[in-house]
Amino acid sequence: MSAPGLTARNTETIERALDVEGRSLWTDARRRLVKNKAALASIVVLTLVALVAIFVPFVWPYDYAVLDYGNIACAPNWWPDHDVACYAGGLHIFGTDQNGRDLFIRVLYGARISLAVGVVATLVSLLIGVTYGAVAGFVGGRVDELMMRLVDVLYSLPFIFFVIILMVVFNQNFFLLFVAIGAVEWLTMARIVRGQTLSIKQKEFIEAARAAGVGTLGNIRRHVIPNVLGPVVVYVTLTIPTVILAESFLSFLGLGIQDPLTSWGVLIADGKDHMETAPWMLIFPALFMAVTLFCFNFIGDGLRDALDPKDR
Amino acid sequence: MWPYATRRVLGAIPTLFIIVALTFFMMHIAPGGPFDAQRHLPPEIEHNIRAAYNLDKPVWEQFAIYLGRLLHGDLGPSFKNHDFTVSQLIEVGLPVSARLGISAIVLAIVLGITLGTVAALNQNKATDYGVMGLAMIGITIPTFVTAPVLALIFGIYGLHFFGHDFFLPAGGWNGGALANMILPVTVLALPQVAIIARLVRGSMVEVLRSNYVRTARAKGLPNHIVIFRHALRAALLPVVSYLGPAIAGLLTGSLIVETIFGIPGIGRYFVEGAINRDYTLVMGVVIVYAAFVILLNLVADILYALLDPRVRFA
Repeated sequence: MSAPGLTARNTETIERALDVEGRSLWTDARRRLVKNKAALASIVVLTLVALVAIFVPFVWPYDYAVLDYGNIACAPNWWPDHDVACYAGGLHIFGTDQNGRDLFIRVLYGARISLAVGVVATLVSLLIGVTYGAVAGFVGGRVDELMMRLVDVLYSLPFIFFVIILMVVFNQNFFLLFVAIGAVEWLTMARIVRGQTLSIKQKEFIEAARAAGVGTLGNIRRHVIPNVLGPVVVYVTLTIPTVILAESFLSFLGLGIQDPLTSWGVLIADGKDHMETAPWMLIFPALFMAVTLFCFNFIGDGLRDALDPKDR
Repeated sequence: MWPYATRRVLGAIPTLFIIVALTFFMMHIAPGGPFDAQRHLPPEIEHNIRAAYNLDKPVWEQFAIYLGRLLHGDLGPSFKNHDFTVSQLIEVGLPVSARLGISAIVLAIVLGITLGTVAALNQNKATDYGVMGLAMIGITIPTFVTAPVLALIFGIYGLHFFGHDFFLPAGGWNGGALANMILPVTVLALPQVAIIARLVRGSMVEVLRSNYVRTARAKGLPNHIVIFRHALRAALLPVVSYLGPAIAGLLTGSLIVETIFGIPGIGRYFVEGAINRDYTLVMGVVIVYAAFVILLNLVADILYALLDPRVRFA
């Protein structure tokens, strides 16, 4: 082991140097992301919101759907203007809504639905967009041209109108809401993935895989998709807030989630109707939504910087 | 330029056709029609009503009839606003929406460029962080939150200056009076102001570092000439290419703003029409909106090519 002329200490140094792990793109990116304070804080806040939304309803004394006509539009117990508070109804830290339901639990249910719609619809768009883009880019030629021309045409459609029509046509079906929004958001994803695939396709390892007899689908699955994940992950974090916005937009118009279920859009719409007498009904849902959207945007920006350090 | 423009206009025709077909068939596979009233009509009357609107014919035939009329500029009668044709309703609503939209886009461009330039000139200073923080707020807080909040603050609580109370109308159109326009236009423009400011800041920061700006400074040109004549021109290109999406964003926003502020534009027609299943009205509005988006995108593209000599009409 020890070569002539090397002291024990030197050998140790060399061994330690050889021990250094290779740093992958992802380890590097994680390190940079953790250094980004805004992104890190956003991750913490977002995790908190999600955990509270998931677990607190199990222990909270009020139900999101039970009406209480003795406590309509009560101010939060700590509200400065004591005239509007009705203390008979117990502890309502966010006050109650126009039907006497506890606003805190409703904001949490709104968070559950808004986040679920955001994540699920984004996954739908991810699935369609990545598959579509990878196939178009990898197969290339006329197929590519045809597929991307279709994307161009779809791009020029005023899409929110189609989602609205879809929601009207299918009577505000909850499941369809996921699909409708996801089906709208996949276009950009497809373009991004196609662009990346075009450049990856030229790399030697693809050629090697081909030479080894890997087919088109195998290549896309094993080699192309793992290599486009970077930009895709960034775009996903920026799609989730867009989707949450789209859902609240629809719910705000009365076309999304239906009572007694709720989402931030529904709560904000209700709050708007009662903002003169019960401003808390607008303030809390709006605040939760704004903070969540902020967090997603900061995380997206942070991830972009982390994964693509030259583009700062 | 003209061959390019012609090709683009021709290319818009299939897109418009797809839009017409998609909306038409989506609205017609809908369970429940426009005449599912609570009260039941005698069957023969119902039959007559359906016949009058061609609803008794096969869907394909209805589509052909609709297309034929559309080519003559006739969008058909409104299913819910009796005695009005869709074209009449749009004729009333479109100028209102257009006025709102144009004011908002002008405000967004002027304010966005100013803020973005100011931020870029003070890069990484307090002003820059302030402007970009505001822009982040403008992007993340949706129109349907800013609209009621601003209406509450300026329309209901009012502002108190020098012992006087100032109120802005919290709703209504009043024939497009200035006071009635301030809040809706502001709300509609805010997200676009934010996005444009971010765009301009980004490109301006880059342009200010470029060689030709350095050359201009080295020649001893005064600062304002370097900024306005040399840097800003190049920095504005991304704004021009953003105009298309900006207009699409404004249209979406106008649905909310017109509904909240009670403005009689076509955005509100669309929302009401969609909820009432007024097929013809919804389709009419979608077609008009789509035509606008396509047309304005085309204008933006041509403008872009005119401004940037590196882009050729290909």
